[in-house]
Formats: sequence, structure tokens, C-alpha cells
Amino acid sequence: MEFTIYIILVPMLLFFVLALGGRWLGPRTAGIIGTAGMGAAALLSYIAVYKYFFAGAGIGPDGNYLTVTGFNAQWLRLTDSLHIDMGVLLDPISVMMLAVVTTVSLMVHIYSFGYMKGERGFQRYYAFLSLFSFSMLGLVVATNIFQMYIFWELVGASSYLLIGFYYTRPAAVAASKKAFIVTRFADFGFLIGILILSYCTKTFDFGAITADNASLAVRTMEGSSFLGLSSATWAMLLIFMGGAGKSAMFPLHIWLPDAMEGPTPVSALIHAATMVVAGVYLVARMFPVYLFAAPQVLTVIGYVGAFTALFAAIIAMVQTDIKRVLAFSTISQIAYMMVALGVSGMGGHAGEGYTASMFHLFTHAFFKALLFLGAGAVIHAVHSNEMEHMGGLRKRMPVTHITFLVACLAIAGIPPLSGFFSKDEILSAAMEGDKVLFAVLWIVAGITAFYMFRLYFRIFWGRESETARHAHEAPAVMLVPLAVLALLTCVTGFIPFSRFISPDNAPYALGINWGVAGASIAIGIAGIALAAWLYMRDSERPQRIAARMGGFYKAAKRRLYIDDAWAFLTKNIIFRRICAPIAWFDRHVIDGTWCGIANVTQRTSEAIKGIQNGRVQAYALLFIISVLLITIITLFI
Amino acid sequence: MDFSNFLVMRQEIGVIALFVILLIYDIFAAETKAMRYFRPLACILTGAATLLGFLFPGHEAEAFGGMYVTTPVTMLMKNILMLGTFTVFLQAGEWLRKGDVLIREGEFYTITLSTLLGMFLMISAGNFMLLYIGIETASLPAACLAAYNKYKEKSAEAGAKYVLMATLASGVMMFGLSYLYGATGSMYFDDMVPALAVQPMTVLGFVFFFSGLAFKISLVPFHFWAPDVYEGSPTATTAYLSVVSKGAACFVLLITLHHVFGAMTDIWYPMMWVISVLTIIVGNLFAIRQKDIKRFFAYSSVSQAGYIMLGVMQDSPAGLTATIYYVLVYLFSNMAAFGVITAVENATYRTDIAAFDGLSKSNPRLALMMMIALFSLGGIPPLAGFFSKFFIFASAAEAGDYVLVFIALINTVVSLYYYLLIVKAMYINQAADDAVGRIRTDRYNMTSLILCTAGTLITGIASCVYGYIGSVGF
Repeated sequence: MEFTIYIILVPMLLFFVLALGGRWLGPRTAGIIGTAGMGAAALLSYIAVYKYFFAGAGIGPDGNYLTVTGFNAQWLRLTDSLHIDMGVLLDPISVMMLAVVTTVSLMVHIYSFGYMKGERGFQRYYAFLSLFSFSMLGLVVATNIFQMYIFWELVGASSYLLIGFYYTRPAAVAASKKAFIVTRFADFGFLIGILILSYCTKTFDFGAITADNASLAVRTMEGSSFLGLSSATWAMLLIFMGGAGKSAMFPLHIWLPDAMEGPTPVSALIHAATMVVAGVYLVARMFPVYLFAAPQVLTVIGYVGAFTALFAAIIAMVQTDIKRVLAFSTISQIAYMMVALGVSGMGGHAGEGYTASMFHLFTHAFFKALLFLGAGAVIHAVHSNEMEHMGGLRKRMPVTHITFLVACLAIAGIPPLSGFFSKDEILSAAMEGDKVLFAVLWIVAGITAFYMFRLYFRIFWGRESETARHAHEAPAVMLVPLAVLALLTCVTGFIPFSRFISPDNAPYALGINWGVAGASIAIGIAGIALAAWLYMRDSERPQRIAARMGGFYKAAKRRLYIDDAWAFLTKNIIFRRICAPIAWFDRHVIDGTWCGIANVTQRTSEAIKGIQNGRVQAYALLFIISVLLITIITLFI
Repeated sequence: MDFSNFLVMRQEIGVIALFVILLIYDIFAAETKAMRYFRPLACILTGAATLLGFLFPGHEAEAFGGMYVTTPVTMLMKNILMLGTFTVFLQAGEWLRKGDVLIREGEFYTITLSTLLGMFLMISAGNFMLLYIGIETASLPAACLAAYNKYKEKSAEAGAKYVLMATLASGVMMFGLSYLYGATGSMYFDDMVPALAVQPMTVLGFVFFFSGLAFKISLVPFHFWAPDVYEGSPTATTAYLSVVSKGAACFVLLITLHHVFGAMTDIWYPMMWVISVLTIIVGNLFAIRQKDIKRFFAYSSVSQAGYIMLGVMQDSPAGLTATIYYVLVYLFSNMAAFGVITAVENATYRTDIAAFDGLSKSNPRLALMMMIALFSLGGIPPLAGFFSKFFIFASAAEAGDYVLVFIALINTVVSLYYYLLIVKAMYINQAADDAVGRIRTDRYNMTSLILCTAGTLITGIASCVYGYIGSVGF
């Protein structure tokens, strides 16, 4: 499986070619090179999937999946056991992620050809896309937590570059800064977690950390405790903080809606399908440690996830910018995956949550990318993100309409589309794990169906707005990815995921829990019906309801004041109460001291300047004096 | 006599062969058209010698009854010095084709090679007599190099100063060696070790011997000659003195301190401690005020020598590896900087820092390479300079000397300040109206710049370099 290294190297090479040679290549060539390279990486990933799952390269003698190291190079050696490697780790989830990332990335590459046509910085855009793909793939196949951290930051940096792609727009600049700072803040926790973990276990290697159901970690970390929690719990909690930042869990979700300032294909790739699920992936990667060494953290993950899911869904109901709706829906869906991990156990059927989480990650990547790309096509046509500038587009954009509807049905959990299957697994896992979480998720499923169809109806049904009248269907180069993703959305649900992915890498059989499925279909249809009743035709009903809800409606529209709370916390408390005094101290006391030292230095060097007078006899004298002085001092002291 | 002894000295013999070939070629080709091929010949041969040295590491051996000792480590050290000489040759050519030095073009190469031979002997010496001869062989031709532009007052002055100070230093050193001989009755390293005990006579001998080497490394307070000589010498000589000559002396100190004077560690450790702190601080303080770039680099190289001492002092594998690694990285960074200085000097005939104003506009590539070199010297990750500082600090910290590491760390901040002054000149200051436009660098200098910049960029990240040096050591 050595060839897998090229899946990562190809995008890296592309980045350098496009970034350094972009100016000479011209937009068209650069786009073609980027897309072709990504196609090659995708092809290699599919070969990896085939070889790993089907050709026996990944199946051990007992039928379980193996962890294969495709490539490994020691990069920095700290001690015999503690060293930082760069490598390619292949196990069921990383191979699955390779396929997801390269597929969505390839679709976005193709789509961008139409969407970004004629934009300034077309080559730069493709270079950044390659950089992102490289970083994300490197993250996915990381063999050790430090490699993951390096690529984690690279992913953050490339996300920053892409959100701020339109760097002349102040909103985009602010959004990119916000995204970077918030995720960086979370990564700070991640780094401390890594340091605690590696300090206690003396290794970075995932294999060593998670070996034997994390017994190593348990053994060395159980003893010490801090504030009543073991160091393992602290480490895993802090690592989850990093994951929560990237995956936009409450209260660190505030960057994701603003990140929609980037080009829409970027939102599809980074802020829907791949980067934002890195947190989920991280938790899944460390799952044995969470389960056996820090079960409390797993409970925290479950509840944080459930709260985020509900919270984001409520906000999504009232947003009018279509990309914001999708952003909040993404937050809510990722939270679903987190809940599934939170309620999962290990071994056979108990691992359903884990399988479900990865399954949902897989299906969600395709239908959410489809939603974003569809939204991009709409925005491309009407030149606006606001719902009021749309309406009645179903006749003018038939392909976009149908593919968008498919994705909406999938996310609403209507069979036989992919979202139904993965959501059903999550719900049934929650049912067995924690009834409260199940109840929350079940309600969120209904809300999801409602706001997705509110979005759908307001874009494609109802009265045409002025701008919508001039809309045209997107060019073929943008429709092909839509069609491919729609097809994937239709068929991926039928993959028997438990045969491939389970927390202990042992395949098991998992059926549909029809009791739970029935309930979820019912609430999904109820949500759709409500949305149809309110929005299918133009009516006064939504306004009336909004008026009746009063304060709550306003609060939801202001995103439940979380952004304001953060702004208050940072501006009024941290900046004014903490930073300002420190700044004063720095400016007057510390700077003063250093200025004093600098003055003394200047004077000293002025004073001793005379010694360096250019006379060689003086030098010789100094030489002899120094020798004698040193001799005397060393002899007598 | 057993002639196989000579085979052990293959690096020295290589240098001598190179010297002889170039000398004969120079004699017969002088003032004919064939002189055109002199420079490519010299560069290719030196480059080939460097490459062969790295490709074929040797094994441990002795020759002439222990007079001459070679180990894989010393061979690696010599290869590094050879690499430095090779880059100097690449950079020197353009200057040698100008003005009154043209008729002496060939001499530069042969003289440089003879100093290199001296350094090789210093490193491989197993006897203080050979070591002394090596130092002398290295010093006297170096004075010729300093005075190479003899019709220029400053160059002549630099040569005179260098030869006077070098004579004084080697006199003091010889004096110290005579005491050591008196105390132990031998000049052979191995025989001296058991006889060396801490007593006033050996301490006196050691300090005198040390001051001779400290002169070459330009440690404070033996550094006074360095700024004047560096400023006055031709730029190629300055580069050679600041990198190759200094590196060789550091290596010799590293070998003798632990090998011969191991029993006196309690004496020299505090002494070296103070000297390295002084060297770092004084180098930094003076560098801040300089207007001339060569003088600036003189002080910068003084403070860099102080950092090297941190590794030299440690009697541990980490210390040895970190020192060699530091010298290698310092070679790349400093030679890259000197390559740019050479290019600017050849175009403008100026060496003041103001000549670099606005360089990023007129010559973005040169400015970028200069910036990388300066950042590496200042120790900014991910450039090699960061890693070399990291390893050298780690080796000192491993020995428990946290105070020293702390002082050195603070000083890196100061050094960053003055390195950034140059970057500021290049990137922020406006160019003067009469500034030269695009500088055309010849291919040789460009090769050396690419080589050194690549070295600066790669040696840090590629951990195999450090690993390789570590593996050669043990």
C-alpha cells in the first residue's frame, strides 16, 4: 500500500506548481492541472479503498480490519519512544475519509471551473484548494497525534486563506480572522491535551495510545488527578476542545456561519464536507481512549453535541441568508455525529454509535456538499444570498432544483435516500444509549426537515422576485458535480457500513431499527408538511407566527446572542479589564525598563568604543592583559 | 618507512594535489588565454573533492606513530571546511576578475588551499607540534589573503594587523605549550592525558594555549582584530575567515578540550562559561551600532562563536553533534549572506548597510536570499538556524546549565534585532536615487547562493542531517 503516499504528495506538488507557476500558467491551464491532479489523487484513493476493503490488503486472518502503515518516516526524534513521524496510516476510517475527501474535492474542483470563471486570482484559488486538500488528506492519514496536529493547523491556515479569498471585502477579512482566532483558541486546548497525553504515555503514536483498548493510557494516567479528574480525563477533554473548535460545537461554533463569506464551493468543501468533520474524526480516532480512560468526557461529548444540534437547528429556522441556513444545518448535523460517538460503546452491536457516526459523516459529506453547490448555482444565477431575491426558480433551473430536492429529502431523513439510513442508525444508537439524547435528536430531526424545506420552498417555489426572473440554469461544468453528488446521495445509504467500520475493527451485522425509523420518518414528514403549509405559496402565515413568537423569534435571528456574548466577553472583559492594564504595565514598566537598559547599553558601547580604536599595538596590549588576567583569575578563584 | 601511512591522510593529500595542479596551471597559463579555464577548473575540482569527501567517509586510523590521527568525525569536520572553501571559491571569482587583482587571480586559490591544508592538520593532529605547525600554516597565508588588495590601504592594513596579531597569538600559544611540555614531558595528546593534573603550571599552559585558539575563533577578549580585519579584507577573505577559519579553530578546541584537557574540566568550564557569555553579549552590543556590513558581520560572527562555545563546552555526544551541526548551518547561512554582499559590492563598490536600502525592489531574489540567511542566523523557525540553536541549547540544558542557556536565549532576541535592521533596510527603506538597478550576478556566485540557501532551508527540516552527524560521531 506504499502508493498511498502519493495521494498526499500529489496535491502538495500541485500546490507548489500552482502557487509558484500560477502566473505563467494562465487561469485555464491552472484549473485543468489542478483538477487533473485531484482526479489522480481520487483515483488512487479509490484503488486504496478497493485494495484495503475488497482485495484483502486490510483484512487480517481473523476477519478483522488491520491497521496498515502505508508509509512512515521519522521526522524528529525526542526520545526512543517519543518521536514525531510523518506517515500514512490506513485503517477503515482513514481509508473511508480518503475517498470522501478526494471525491468531494474533485467535485469542487470541477464545479469551481464554472463558478469562479473570470474571478481575479483564479490560479491562487486553485493553489489554495490544493493546499487544503493536501492538508486535509495529511490529517486523515496521520499516524500519530502530532502529525495530526501539524496538518490540523495547516487545514486551519488554508481555511483562513480561502475564507478570506475576497480579501478586498471587509466582511470576508473579518470572517477569516474570526475563524482563525476561534479555531486557534480551541487548538490551544488541543495542544495542551496532546502534551499531557504524550507526557503520560511517552508516545505520540495512535497505535501505541489506543493499543489494547487504551490500557497503556489507562495504566499510566489513572493515578494522577487534578481538580478531581484524572489526567487522562483532562487530556481527552482538552483534545475534545480542539475537535469542538474545528467542528463548530457550542460555544465555539460562532466562526462557521461567518465563514460563509468565502466562495461557495469552498464552503461546500471545507465548511460542510471535510474540515468541519475533523473534530468528529479526531474523537473517532481516539475513541478507545475516550471509552476506556475517560468515559465522563464521552458523556460530555454526547450532551454538548445534543445541545448544539438543537441550538443550531433553532437558529437555522429563522435565517434568511441561504448559506447561513446551510451553515447552521451543518453545525447541527455534525453535532449529530458527536452525539452518536458519545453514546457508543465497543464490540459488536454496542459499537453502533461509532459506526453510525462515521456513516453519517460519509453520507452527510455528499448531500451537504450537494446542498452547498446547489446553493452556489442559485447564488450564481441571482447574485444574492438572500431568500427574498429568489423564489419560483424551479422552472428556470430544473437540474439544480431536482438535485437540491434530493439533498433536502436526504437531510430530512426520507427513505430511500442516504441521510435516512445514517440518521436512523444514530437515533437507534441514541435510543439504546441515552433516552434524553434520543428525544433531543428526534425533535431536531423534525426541525431539520422543517428548515430545509423552508429553504427549498423559498428558493424554488412561491412568487418570483425581480432578480429571479433573469436567472438562468448554471453551465454544464457546474451541473455535472451536482448530478454526481445527487447520485451518490441516492445510493450511498445502501452501503452496509457496519461491515466495514466498527470501533474494534470487527465487522458485524446491523439492521434498520424500524420502530425508530418510523418515528423519525413521521417527524420528518411533519416538518416538511409544516414548511409546505407555510412557504409553498406566498402567504401571511409566517409573519403572523413570527409576530406571535415575538422576542424568541428575534433572539433566534440574532443567533441567540451567543456572538454578542463572545463579543462582550472579549471586548468588555478581556480587552478592557485584563488586557488594558497589562498593556499599560507593558508600555510603562516593561518598556521603560528595557528602554533604560537600551540607554545604558548605548552609553556603555559609546564608552567602550574607544577600546576598538584601530591601533594594533593597543590590541596586542589588551591581548596580553587579557591572557594574564584570565590566568590569574582561573588560578586563584 | 611504511608508505600506507600516507593513504590515511587522503584528505590532506587531496588538498595538496589540488594546490599543486592549480599552481602549475597558474604558472604556465598566466597571462594567456588558457587562464579563462582556470576558474572553472578550480571550482569543479574543489567541488568534486568536497563531494568525494562526503561520499566516502573514512574510518579511524593513526599515522606516523600517533602524530596524525583521523576519525570519521574529523573527516566530517574537514569535509565541512572543504564545503566552505568551495563556496568561497564560487563567490570570489567575480571580484578576482576586476582591477589590479586580476594578474594574481590564481594565487587566491592556491593560497586559500594552503591555509586549508593547515586547518586540516590542526584538526587531525595527535601531537601539539603538528597542531602548532597546522595553525601557522593556516595563519600566514591568511594574512596574504587579507592583504590581497594590497594597493588598497584598508586591505594592506588588515593584512598587517592580522599578521601581527596572529604572530602574537601563536607566540603566546607556543609559550603555553612549552609549559605543558615541561609539566608532562610529552607533546603527544595520548601521553599527556595521564600526566595532566590541575596545578598552576598546567593551568598557565592551558590558558596560554587556549588564548591562541580563542584568537582564531575571535572570542572576547581576543576578538579586537576581527572587526578591523574583516572590514579591510576583500569580501571573499572575510567570508573565509568568518566561516572556515573560525570553524576549524572551533573544531580543534572541541577536540583538545575534551580529549587532552578532560582532567581540567573544573578549571576551564567556568572560564569558558564567562568567556562565552561575554562573547555573545559583546558581539551583540557592538553589532547593533555598525554602519558597514562587513564590520557588522564581524561582530555577528563574534556572537555566533559564543553560541558555538555552548556546544563545545559540553562533554557529551549531544554537545559534539550540536557543535558540528551548528558550524555547518552557520556556514550555509553566513555564506549565503556573504554571497549577497559580494553581489552588491561587485555592482556598487559599496559595503555600507545603506547600500542595501530598497534592495527588495530592485533585486527581489537577492533580498529574499539575504533575508532567509539573516533569519537563519537569528534562529527563526523553520530555517536551519533555529534547529542549530535549539540543539546547541538542548546540549547545554542537558548538562544542567540552565543559566547559560537563559542568557544565550535572551541574547538571541538582541541578535534578532540587528539582523532585522538589515531586513528593514532591504524591505522598508527607500532606495537612494543613485541606487543601482538590477544586479547581474554571475553563474558561480548564483550557484553558491542557491547551494547555501537550499542548505539553510533544508538542513533544519531534514532531520537526517543531524542524525547523520550524530551517527558519524558514535
